Amino acid sequence: MITNVTSFGRSGLYDWLIQRVSGVILAAYTFFMVAYLLCNDVTFESWSALHAMLPMKIFNMLAVIALGAHAWIGLWCVVTDYVTTRMMGAKATMIRVAVQMLSGLVMLVYIIWAIDIFWGVK
Amino acid sequence: MLNVSIYRYNPEVDSAPYMQDYQLDTGGKDLMVLDVLELLKAQDPTLSFRRSCREGVCGSDGMNISGKNGLACITSMSDSVRGNKLVLRPLPGLPVIRDLVVDMEQFYAQYEKVKPYLINDTPAPAIERLQSPEDRAKLDGLYECILCACCSTACPSFWWNPDKFIGPSGLLQAYRFLVDSRDTATEERLSNLDDPFSVFRCHGIQNCVSVCPKGLNPTRAIGHIRSMLMGSAT
Ligand code: SF4
Ligand code: SF4
Ligand code: FES
Repeated sequence: MITNVTSFGRSGLYDWLIQRVSGVILAAYTFFMVAYLLCNDVTFESWSALHAMLPMKIFNMLAVIALGAHAWIGLWCVVTDYVTTRMMGAKATMIRVAVQMLSGLVMLVYIIWAIDIFWGVK
Repeated sequence: MLNVSIYRYNPEVDSAPYMQDYQLDTGGKDLMVLDVLELLKAQDPTLSFRRSCREGVCGSDGMNISGKNGLACITSMSDSVRGNKLVLRPLPGLPVIRDLVVDMEQFYAQYEKVKPYLINDTPAPAIERLQSPEDRAKLDGLYECILCACCSTACPSFWWNPDKFIGPSGLLQAYRFLVDSRDTATEERLSNLDDPFSVFRCHGIQNCVSVCPKGLNPTRAIGHIRSMLMGSAT
């Protein structure tokens, strides 16, 4: 079995499942947000009241984490398709690992930052 | 006169592949692409391609016909000539040996990986291993594959990772043995497929379905494999 340390769940099935579940969460979140924005007059008060509710905080967090995982797996698939030694020779491995570390780091930063923002809403 | 443009490459003399144009009088008939090739070969004996059965059962003349993979022997001119022009190239993504002849090594290596034979460790019965008509019916749409490679070489995931992704053809065969009631190696077969590449590089693009000359549906088989993996993992 080919394991792969940089894939997210380190198994094809987990990656696939996480990709589906996170996709569903993101779709639900997008749908909710669009519906909310269309149906409500958004003011600072109503917007912060919405995000101060615990269920909304959890929904926000879920969406952010789903986004991070979804992007990780998606980008991992893209770089392991195109940035490979088959496609561009020996330097590919270095470039690929660098891209993966960078994208992983960016996603972690975003997640932590988002926790700080969303959890701070009073 | 039909214009035919054919990919030519003879590594012994050519430094790079090129497209050669031919003209052919088809006598107003709707020939099969393989007939066109045979007539051209009579004009130019250096033109190379594979063929055998000329009736869509051996799978040797898979090629890219006016942009779509197919078997030359069962693809008619009326299905493939656009604006009086026919363009023939080798199957995409595999190394070219000469002209329309490709090296199928990578494709067969993936086929070999799925152990395309019955594994059954129970003692063999006196006559044969029986199967109910219902169980036999599960193999329909799977066993008919002729390994022509039209599907796998139309699949972008196979182009990028031909060494890691099994590809639609191999996966169709994997499922053919996973679903066979006489096979006892199901768990072992599944555990060989659960990495991020073998099955899961399939992104459901369905190029494989649109080109299969036997009308088979590898994407559906891949979906069944995924469900079986899910079932055995949860
Ligand atoms: S459905 Fe899957 S196997 Fe078929 S062409 Fe698309 S990616 Fe390849
Ligand atoms: S599934 Fe169809 S296209 Fe693919 S190798 Fe088999 S017969 Fe050819
Ligand atoms: S020559 Fe046998 S399939 Fe075309």
